[in-house]
Amino acid sequence: MAYDYESSIRPGKLPHIWCPGCGHGIVMKGLIRAMDTCELDRKNTAIVSGIGCASRLPGYLDACTLHTAHGRAAAFATGVKMAKPGMNVICVGGDGDGTAIGGNHFIHACRRNIDLTYVIMNNYIYGMTGGQFSPCTPTGMLASTTPYGNPDPVFDISKLAIGAGATFVARTTAMHPRQIDKLITQGIKHKGMAIIEVLDDCPTSYGRRNKFRSVIDMMKRLKDNAVPVKAAAKMTPEQLEGKFLTGVLYHDTELPEYCEQYEALTKKAQNA
Amino acid sequence: MAKKSALVQGNQACAHGAIYAGCKFFGGYPITPSTEVAEELSAMLPKVGGKFIQMEDEIGAMASVIGASLTGAKALTATSGPGVSLKQELIGYACIAEVPCVIINVMRGGPSTGMPTGPGQSDVMQAKWGTHGDHAAIALVPESIQEIFEETVRAFNLAEKYRMPVQVLYDEIVGHMRERIVFPEPGELEIIDREAPTVSPEEYKPFDSSKGQVPPLAAFGSEYKYHVTGLNKAADGFPTTKAELVDAEERRQVDKVECEEARADIEKNEEYMIEDAEIVLWAYGSSARSARYAVNELRKEGIKAGLFRPLTLWPFPEKRTAELAEQAKAIIVPEMNLGQMIIEVDRVAQGRCTIDGVHRVDGDPLNPGQIMAKVKEVI
Repeated sequence: MAYDYESSIRPGKLPHIWCPGCGHGIVMKGLIRAMDTCELDRKNTAIVSGIGCASRLPGYLDACTLHTAHGRAAAFATGVKMAKPGMNVICVGGDGDGTAIGGNHFIHACRRNIDLTYVIMNNYIYGMTGGQFSPCTPTGMLASTTPYGNPDPVFDISKLAIGAGATFVARTTAMHPRQIDKLITQGIKHKGMAIIEVLDDCPTSYGRRNKFRSVIDMMKRLKDNAVPVKAAAKMTPEQLEGKFLTGVLYHDTELPEYCEQYEALTKKAQNA
Repeated sequence: MAKKSALVQGNQACAHGAIYAGCKFFGGYPITPSTEVAEELSAMLPKVGGKFIQMEDEIGAMASVIGASLTGAKALTATSGPGVSLKQELIGYACIAEVPCVIINVMRGGPSTGMPTGPGQSDVMQAKWGTHGDHAAIALVPESIQEIFEETVRAFNLAEKYRMPVQVLYDEIVGHMRERIVFPEPGELEIIDREAPTVSPEEYKPFDSSKGQVPPLAAFGSEYKYHVTGLNKAADGFPTTKAELVDAEERRQVDKVECEEARADIEKNEEYMIEDAEIVLWAYGSSARSARYAVNELRKEGIKAGLFRPLTLWPFPEKRTAELAEQAKAIIVPEMNLGQMIIEVDRVAQGRCTIDGVHRVDGDPLNPGQIMAKVKEVI
């Protein structure tokens, strides 16, 4: 399928703000392909974000776009979806935005199993503010606020989403562009809360400080450490040390979707 | 046929007022003393095809309300001081993104957790200055159950008309008190819906003020696609740092409420025995009920007292307050706080008369005796 990126991008809004070597642009193209594959009417599609580099994404896309406050994308999106369940609602954002300041909204949106597709770009750093550590910064690594190494343990976003009750959870990386749109497509088609975690790189704020010699080095690391779920099943824990799983990590089609539940409740109230 | 009347609680009256105004979405979080608003609406909204959601926290509740409003739904949240503190971030968002919504603040005492079951009026300055940055504010302060209903309707009207958050503040006393209410018939009270764009989707700019201070707002999910952000933005809704555009937009967003025409539309006051008053009691909310009683008692003693009661606290009734300062020997401001609106009264009076306050923050209501004692002290 040939994709027409241009008609999805708002005229005059490019170039984007992202640095050379950042993977957010790859994710944006993947999202466009997924929306095209699902034939989403952009008038009926809300793309909601919080604050941060990744959260600037909606501004480039021609749809109903909502750039909210730091961490609040899932809560705004919940209001949009509840009030107009017929709309397609997609959230995009980063790891700090989604799981630190927005952590509560994130887990509760997962718990409700409301029909949102949340693409979370995990570059394990606060990029826009200049490289402070996030809940996803690996322990021991350097950030502008961890000059002696990060003392904090790390959030596994996908596990967090599964634990909180999301019914479609998948992970990929910016080095797997085809998988990005495949998983987002599945997420959009899934009736319920879909989390697609995309591991991504921030050469400017993370790579530089942590002595990655080049963007290629960083990206190669993403590619080398990604293990598809099926392949992982045949590997020993030792072999999986330092690796991460990619593909669909969790998929439950049984749990009812939140707006449908509310619709049933509405009928009950009206017949009472 | 006689109108329907009932004995209801203030918070219940608020819920009824919201439904009357056409509210179709409530996002909230439990908090005393406002919770009954949520409880009532959780039962009422699905019956009228509306949506009720109890969110994970106060901030999420405010976010859901703004999101819902952007789809075209009239949206409400209800909370108390601690909740309003948490909501400030997104009240500011609704100001700059110009999203209509109504926030009920059933005021309790104290900073922080304070006295959850006691009354207070100490959030009145917060209603104006709570969120960071320059912005306009509209805040309404009903004193009775009937008025809670009517002012909730008016709050929705103003929110939709001026495309912004509107706060209704009433203290715990009125929130939990029960009084007889006469429900207005459908059509009896004016209902204002937001202005929809008339230009084509291609021409639509969500902040184009060329035809008026309040640009029409399209609904998400209609024919119109547009961008909304909390950043300073240009008429097309996209972020800008161009000085002249930022300056013009900031000024317009304040001016749309504070210009003379808007003030005349938004301000609403009750005046009681003001004509010949030498002592003006400047009071709002439940304190005004005590003040009215005090006026009656003082008049019996031959003291020319009167009551000025703003129902719109913000924008502040500057013109009328200034006139009263000219007329009166003294303006007394009874408030269940340590002196908040008195600051504004004093600012406007500019030394034209004596300004004094009666304050109470111990969880008990201001009583007429306290107010009368202050009047006698001043004259």
